[in-house]
Amino acid sequence: MITSAAVAIAEARIGKTGESIYSGRARTILERSYLAFRSSTWIVVATGFLEPVLYLISFGFGVGKLIGNIEIAPGHSVSYAAFIAPALLATSAMNGAIYDATWNVFFKLKFDRVYQGMLATSLGPLDVALGEIGWALLRGLLYAIAFMSILGVGGLITTPWALLAIPCALLISFGFAAVGMAVTTYMKSFEQMNIINIVLLPMFLFSGSFYPLSIYPGWLQGFVKCLPLWHGVALIRSVSLGIFTTGLIPHILYFVVMIVGGLFFTTRRLTALFMR
Amino acid sequence: MLNTPKNEKLIEAKGLTKHYGDFVALAGIDFAVHKGESFGFLGPNGAGKSTTMRIIAATLTRTSGDICILGKDPAERGPEIRAHLGVVPQQDNLDQALSVTDNLYIYGRYFGLSKKFLRAKIEELLDFAQLTEKRDVKVETLSGGMKRRLTIARALISEPEILMLDEPTTGLDPQARHILWDRLFRLKEQGVTLLLTTHYMDEAEQLCDRLMVMDNGAIMAEDSPQGLIKKYSTKEVLEVRFGSEKNAGVSDQLKEMCERIEVLPDRILMYADDAEHVLEEIRKAGLHPVTSLVRRSSLEDVFLRLTGRSLVE
Repeated sequence: MITSAAVAIAEARIGKTGESIYSGRARTILERSYLAFRSSTWIVVATGFLEPVLYLISFGFGVGKLIGNIEIAPGHSVSYAAFIAPALLATSAMNGAIYDATWNVFFKLKFDRVYQGMLATSLGPLDVALGEIGWALLRGLLYAIAFMSILGVGGLITTPWALLAIPCALLISFGFAAVGMAVTTYMKSFEQMNIINIVLLPMFLFSGSFYPLSIYPGWLQGFVKCLPLWHGVALIRSVSLGIFTTGLIPHILYFVVMIVGGLFFTTRRLTALFMR
Repeated sequence: MLNTPKNEKLIEAKGLTKHYGDFVALAGIDFAVHKGESFGFLGPNGAGKSTTMRIIAATLTRTSGDICILGKDPAERGPEIRAHLGVVPQQDNLDQALSVTDNLYIYGRYFGLSKKFLRAKIEELLDFAQLTEKRDVKVETLSGGMKRRLTIARALISEPEILMLDEPTTGLDPQARHILWDRLFRLKEQGVTLLLTTHYMDEAEQLCDRLMVMDNGAIMAEDSPQGLIKKYSTKEVLEVRFGSEKNAGVSDQLKEMCERIEVLPDRILMYADDAEHVLEEIRKAGLHPVTSLVRRSSLEDVFLRLTGRSLVE
C-alpha cells in the first residue's frame, strides 16, 4: 500500500509518550492564529493594552501626588507610581492572556467550530490546548513588554533587575491563559462568560494592586493571598525592585500549578467535547 | 493499484454499539467497506448514520463491539487513523477567519505536511474545487456550494484513502448538487474510497455502489441500489387516486390485483411487475380512478417500506 505523507508523519509518532493526545504540532495552531491575526485589526489589540496605562497615569501620577511614598519592605520605600507599576504590569500580562483564552476561545468553540476541524486531522487535543494557550500567552507577553517600555519612559525602572519582570509576566500569562481556556471550555452561554469578567475586576482592584494588603484584617489578607493575581503582583513587585528571597518560590509554584492544571483540564474537556 | 486485492477490507465493524446513558444510538451493527467502493449510509434522522461515521473517524468512542480501520483500532490509534481519512462534516466548519487558500494551507499544516508540498497541492485542489478565482477571499463570502466544495478540497489535502462525507449536499440548490456529484464521481474514478451518509435517494442512487439502510441504530438492509429495489420492491408501481373519501373503500377490491398495496390518505400505491396490466384490470372491474400513474420502482419505495412512513423528529 502506498502511504501518504500525512500517514507517514502520523506513524512516526507511534510509541512516543502521549501519542493519542499529542502529535507534537502545537506550533501549527500558533501558525493558524498568526494567519487569522494578520487580517484582524490592531485596534482590538491596542485597547486591551491601554487599560493599565490609563490606570498608571490617573492613579500613579494623579492620585500618587496626594499620597507620597509607600514602604513595601523594611528599608524599602517607593513612590506611589512605582508601587502600583508592577501590579499593573502583572495585570497587563493577565489581561492579554485572558482576552484570547476566554472570549476568542468561546467563539471558536461555540460558533466557528474551529476545534472540531482541527481535531478531525491527526492533531490531538493537547496540540490544540498548547497552541491556543500559547497564542494567548504571547499576547500577554506583548502587553507586558509594551507596558515595561512605558515604565521605562516614565522613569519607573530603577534597577536592571526589573527586566526579570518580563519572564515573570510570561509565567503569569501562561497561568492565566491555561486556566482561562480550561474554564471557557466548560462555559455554555454568554451569561456564564460574563462571570469571568465579574471575577477578574474585583481581583484586579483588591489584590494589593493599589495599596498594601496590611490595611485588611487578617482573615481578608489570607483570602486575597489565595488569589492568583496577588501572587503575580507580589512576584513582579519583588523582582522589579531586585528583592530576591525564598518567599518568591510559592508564587512561582502557584503559576506552575495553574499551567499544568489548565492544560490538563483543557485537554480533557476538548476530548470530552469532540472525541467521545 | 495493481498489487492490491480487489476485496481488501478497509473498514470492518462487528457488533458495534454506542449508548448515551439509556439511549441506544447504535444497537450492534456489522458491516465492511472495501477498497475503492463508494458506500452509503441511508436512513432517517436519528438512525445512527452520523454516529457510525464519527466512530470511524476516531472522533467518537464506541460503547462495545469491534471496529477496525486499515487494520487499526480507532480507540487506540486515533491520530494515525485520522491521517488516513478526509472528513467532510454535516455542518461546515471552515475557518471563518481565513481566506480560501489559507484554509487549505493550514489544514495541511495540521497534518504536518511541508510548505513545499502544500504549495503545489493547493493549486491542484483549487482547480479541482473550481475555486481558483476565489482563492484570496474570506470563506464567509462564499456561497453554500462553494463552501462545500472547499470543505471537500480541504479534506483531500492529506491525500486520504477514504473520504467521508456526512450529508454532502443537504441545503444546496440543484445546480450546486450536480457540480458536487460530478466532483465526487471523479474522485471515485481515481480510486478514492467514498463513505457517505444521505437521506436523498437520488444521491444514493447516483453515487453509491453499495448501500446500508439504517433505522433506530440498526441495519435494515444492505445491497446495491438495484439489488435493494429488486429485493424489497417490485419492478413497477401504479399510483391511483379515487379522491380521499373513496380511497379506503376500494382498497379491498384492489388488494387482489397486485403483490402489495399501500393506502395513503391521498392515493393508493400498487406494487406489481407489470403496472399497466394492473391498471387495465382496475378498469375492467368498473373502477375509474381520477388519476393514475405508472412508474418504475425507486429507492424511495424501498426506503419508505424499510423505515416506515411515520415522521420521526
